[in-house]
Amino acid sequence: MKYLLLIYADEHGFEAMSEEERHEVYAAYEVLMKDLSEKGQSLAGDELQPTSTATTVQIRNGERLVTDGPYAETKEQLGGYFLIDVDDLDAAIDIAARIPSVHQGSIEVRPIAD
Amino acid sequence: MATVAEVVDRAYRDDTGRAVATLIRATRDFDLAEEAWQDACEQALRTWPQRGVPRDPTAWLFTAARNRAIDRLRRERVGREKTAAAMQIAELEAMGDDMHEIPDDRLRLLFTCCHPSLALDARVALTLRTVAGLSTKEIARAFLVPEPTLGQRLTRAKRKIRDAGIPYVVPPREALPDRLDGVRAVVYLVFNEGYEATEGELIRTDLCAEAIRLARLLDHLIPDEPESRGLLALLLLQHARRAARTDAAGDLVTLEDQDRSRWDHALIDEGLALVDESPRTGSYQLQAAIAACHDRAPRPDDTDWAQIASLYDELERVRPSPVVALNRAVAVAMADGPDAGLRLLDPLADDLDRYHHFHAARADLLRRAGRGTEAAAAYDRALALVGNDTERRYLERRRAALAL
Repeated sequence: MKYLLLIYADEHGFEAMSEEERHEVYAAYEVLMKDLSEKGQSLAGDELQPTSTATTVQIRNGERLVTDGPYAETKEQLGGYFLIDVDDLDAAIDIAARIPSVHQGSIEVRPIAD
Repeated sequence: MATVAEVVDRAYRDDTGRAVATLIRATRDFDLAEEAWQDACEQALRTWPQRGVPRDPTAWLFTAARNRAIDRLRRERVGREKTAAAMQIAELEAMGDDMHEIPDDRLRLLFTCCHPSLALDARVALTLRTVAGLSTKEIARAFLVPEPTLGQRLTRAKRKIRDAGIPYVVPPREALPDRLDGVRAVVYLVFNEGYEATEGELIRTDLCAEAIRLARLLDHLIPDEPESRGLLALLLLQHARRAARTDAAGDLVTLEDQDRSRWDHALIDEGLALVDESPRTGSYQLQAAIAACHDRAPRPDDTDWAQIASLYDELERVRPSPVVALNRAVAVAMADGPDAGLRLLDPLADDLDRYHHFHAARADLLRRAGRGTEAAAAYDRALALVGNDTERRYLERRRAALAL
């Protein structure tokens, strides 16, 4: 089954890190991504630019509304994702628990509809 | 001679979990498994009166349910569903029709129903429905929710199991301790809902009995698991006092005032034997050991309160919580006097201000310490928070009995 793992974390926390700390986080992500692709479990995965770069688009009554900022203002922001292909939810949860940001933020596990 | 209806009822009670668990393994379809099993029981009610009760009713019912599931898959699946149905039918046919030869799948079922990605109320409902075989109506009544609400809760839970890919497996060794804790929490919650109903009348014996059945099942399926055994012991030792916990009017009788001759001594003996053979390290084992101290005492004055206080001390280390600290304070008060208990209660006020048991316990210690006015105020606070009618009447009586 395919799952999207949505990585939510406080982006200010990440920005406040020292160069060295950030480097460690990236290194930890590298290790995980390498392992997932070796096992053929990773379909995609990316880090997103911070929400300060976000644009939200809606069409209401035929009119296009373009606003700055993310869809919802939340304490933790969507900062990246993995798209994985594994046997079941338990396997997806196990991978979610290995994502470095799980220690400060939260990982939402969403099955992909077939 | 038992009537046909009695035989079917009994098989339904005893075998639903086992049969449904296996049908789900083969089909991965909770609804199909439940419906096929239900159909088989109805078929038995129709045909046994003429043809006679088979020598092995369970095996007959299981074979009938399996055949019924195959029938339904053949007749009801259309278009794209046919490919999946063919695989399900192959699985059902491959497992043979002798239920006694088929491995027990109830553990998978239990872990799936208690999966942490399901909402807690859904875990409870699903476990009672599929593992224990209670009807939607019975569960709805037990939890005081409308039947359609409970039905929706079950439907949503089953859909999530399917759509989110919750596996139908016993978790691997490294995940087992956590997941077992989760299963025990569901069983304990079922018991507690029966033991101290949050609304209305105090005790719902049926739910307590179901929880004990589930605890026995867990202890049977994964033997020698000390915390599961501790949970079973705890439930037995608490349930043993059920007849004495309320009086003729349905009012709460505290441990101190209970007629101990009305305790169920067969359950107590069973519970005590389990406590004596288990270590006292986990939280259920410690709680069982505490319940054992009460159940061992022929009269309230014989209660070993010092031992209880030290068990609560240990429990607070294993699973710290303000409620455990509250109970420990009460035990210390019984062992060393009300002032010692009150000293331990004071620091808990912030955490437990919304908890009626805290104010009721404080009121009782204040009463024992001869501080009637303060006791009355504490009873008033407890009364403002209590939800259960029986406990309310009890607190009102205690409040009225204060010599002010």
